[in-house]
Amino acid sequence: MSAVLAPASFEELADAVRSTPRLLAVGAGTKPRLSCVDVVRLSIASLRGISEYDPSEFTFTAAAGTPLRDIVAALAGRGQYLPFDPMLVDAGATLGGTVAAGLSGPGRFRFGGLRDFILGARFVDGMGRLMRMGGKVVKNAAGFDLPKFFVGSLGRFGVLAEITFKVFPRPPSALTLRLAAGAWDAAVDILAAAAISRFEFDALDIAPGDPADSGNPAEPRVLARLAGPAPALDAIAREVFARWPGEVLSEEAAERLWTGLREFRWSHPNAPLVKIALSPSAAVALGQAIQSLDKARWHLSAGGNLAFVSLASPAQTADLDERLRKLGLSGIALRGETPLWLGHRPRPAIAQAVKLALDPLNRFPSLDD
Amino acid sequence: MSAAVLQRLAAVLPPGRLLDRPEHLAAYESDGLTAFRTRPVAVVIPETPEEVIALVRFCRAERLPFVARGSGTSLSGGSLPVAGGIVIALNRLNRILKLDPQQRLAVVEPGVVNLDVTQAAAAYGLHYAPDPSSQSICTIGGNVAFNSGGAHCLKYGMTSNHVLGIKAVLATGEVVEWGGPSRETVGPDWCGLFTGNEGLFGVALQITLQLLPRAECFHTVLAGYCTLEQAGDAVSAVIASGLLPGAMEIMDALALEAAVAAVHAEYPPGCEAVLIVELEGPREVVAADRERLDRIIAASQPVEARPARDAAERVAIWKGRKSAFSAVGRLSPDFIVQDGVVPRRRLGEALRRIGEMSRESGLRVANVFHAGDGNLHPLILFDGREPGALPRAEALAGRILEMCVEMGGSITGEHGVGMEKRDFLSAMFSADEIDCMRRIRSAFDPLGIANPGKMFPASEAPALGHHGLHPLEKAGVISRE
Repeated sequence: MSAVLAPASFEELADAVRSTPRLLAVGAGTKPRLSCVDVVRLSIASLRGISEYDPSEFTFTAAAGTPLRDIVAALAGRGQYLPFDPMLVDAGATLGGTVAAGLSGPGRFRFGGLRDFILGARFVDGMGRLMRMGGKVVKNAAGFDLPKFFVGSLGRFGVLAEITFKVFPRPPSALTLRLAAGAWDAAVDILAAAAISRFEFDALDIAPGDPADSGNPAEPRVLARLAGPAPALDAIAREVFARWPGEVLSEEAAERLWTGLREFRWSHPNAPLVKIALSPSAAVALGQAIQSLDKARWHLSAGGNLAFVSLASPAQTADLDERLRKLGLSGIALRGETPLWLGHRPRPAIAQAVKLALDPLNRFPSLDD
Repeated sequence: MSAAVLQRLAAVLPPGRLLDRPEHLAAYESDGLTAFRTRPVAVVIPETPEEVIALVRFCRAERLPFVARGSGTSLSGGSLPVAGGIVIALNRLNRILKLDPQQRLAVVEPGVVNLDVTQAAAAYGLHYAPDPSSQSICTIGGNVAFNSGGAHCLKYGMTSNHVLGIKAVLATGEVVEWGGPSRETVGPDWCGLFTGNEGLFGVALQITLQLLPRAECFHTVLAGYCTLEQAGDAVSAVIASGLLPGAMEIMDALALEAAVAAVHAEYPPGCEAVLIVELEGPREVVAADRERLDRIIAASQPVEARPARDAAERVAIWKGRKSAFSAVGRLSPDFIVQDGVVPRRRLGEALRRIGEMSRESGLRVANVFHAGDGNLHPLILFDGREPGALPRAEALAGRILEMCVEMGGSITGEHGVGMEKRDFLSAMFSADEIDCMRRIRSAFDPLGIANPGKMFPASEAPALGHHGLHPLEKAGVISRE
């Protein structure tokens, strides 16, 4: 294993970058494939804590190594939340790792993903300079939006030190509906129709079957979550069922289900887990591609815009890669023995130029590593 | 530029699409920030993305500065021409290429007008959320370049939050395509970096926008208050209640006077401030939230609270608000629209200090602001014919921006830095941070030909001089809405 540095302050973080020729920041390692590069590892685990949180501003600022768990708890204590459903909270994922991975969950459907809630960031560039970009207020248009660029940039352009987010008041209640759909194309049609309905769903997903099943269930599990004042949700649910028959999940069942999705408890342990960006029109074709891979499972999220695929073995990676290419879709492996990128991957010259602008000495690995 | 270069430039496009006569160039000399004026060497009018690519590559080969321009509504001078350079007018790239209700998106060319997207989407019960006051004239290309906002940003975010994909020609001549129909991305967020580049990276050729279902139901309340503080307190109470309104706007007495003069808006008499709060969503949700909101407003001691009883009354409320910028033109021969952000809890303090600064400088300031997100729009009134008035107005605007930074806010919420605020970029960012941004700019534009002189401090710029209203504004053809 590579050496590990563990700075205890932002200044030490900048020093560590300046004094190390090849390094990559790591959080809690809950998405190990993203940092699977043979360079010095810079642990941000000691940089933790919420430095600013004023609920009346709808913003907080926290060090990159702060576990999501702490943030979720602090926000919940004041009736607020990150609406994009941050993933791997119980697993110990950090705020910085989540930004670098660009990972959002089912809640991204309604108000947008992580990229839509990041406001500002302090980071260290490849020259070891500690800088701040973006702002600490909910609205800001000054300077280039590097904080957004860092979302999904895998720590290859700089090391995140501290991040400011926008938050929302948590709706007073939620209701999860399971809708009946005989087949996959019907299920995807329900997602598309529900997405433009008057109901303003909070999440629209198709969940994988129980882990006990061998593969995906024959009948897709369409989940539609409503959030808002309780009496309104009951009335809306009745009308939803008149259009799409289904049932309301109990609070405990819903909690178990969403937690399971958030923590990838449905996935094959230690096997390749791939995030795919898609649009609803590609969902049926992607579903067919996955069905043809023995024991592969998947979770279709965000109204058909986001998929998580769990392969049964690394041997299936090449097959998935080829199918994604044919569909013009892009994927990234969060864990497992697999190439980092799957499917369609454009390589514009500007990517290299921006890399050199932020990291002229190539201290951080490239996106290809 | 030599005559030979001009001739070669003309040959890039079919005949008749290059303007170089002074009477044709006049309309392009200014944008929404009328204090600046620069005459470009020529204006070129491409009609296809291929022509835009050819023009940018020509500029690169000739090291010719260019400014891409939509409707020229920038309030920060972002589309001001560069001396010795050309303007690429994108208004004819105005096709909505795709409107896909199944995937809730539109693919548009940069010259498409903001409101046209919503109008095209309305047939499917969808809309495009960002709604700058100029939405009936400003273009999506300009919105993307400056990450425009509007009245609904607290809940829905700015332009950047609605851009799913961008095809662009960079100042290097490279054509890139980022993102696409998916709301999710894999890899770095290039669309996020490009949005708000202020024209310094290149020209967007095709933009994929997310559309949202139009809310089924609205509840819009207009409440008048004796003091600005009371209106501000009402906003705090709404925020503390856990409601998430689609919009919360405040106008002060002077802005109200202007709106009354311009669009005959009607407000409760004797009010120093008016608050507009709007809830939206499924009818059952709005009905439940409305009860809470009405209780909060009633407890905030308004002079009068008027809920819109129907769609027409709601439209009238918004018409008054959105006309405020240009309406101020009725009260004063000249004005500057400022755009700063403060932490929301400090709004009251910020407004008090703006009032003090206004008195000290002897200039009237009207305030219109997005109260939910602390975005101030002080409108500084002056008479440019009066010697020294413009520098005084500029100085006052500068003091307001410095106050915003000092309070932990921003020098711009939605208008961008452009020409107007470039000297204030260093109030918000350190030398290293500005250097970092310059390095990124150089990656996209090594020759510095794309909208040079904007955003960064102390770069080449035309002298600031007083020019009064925009040439077309004087003629009554356009207004700053």
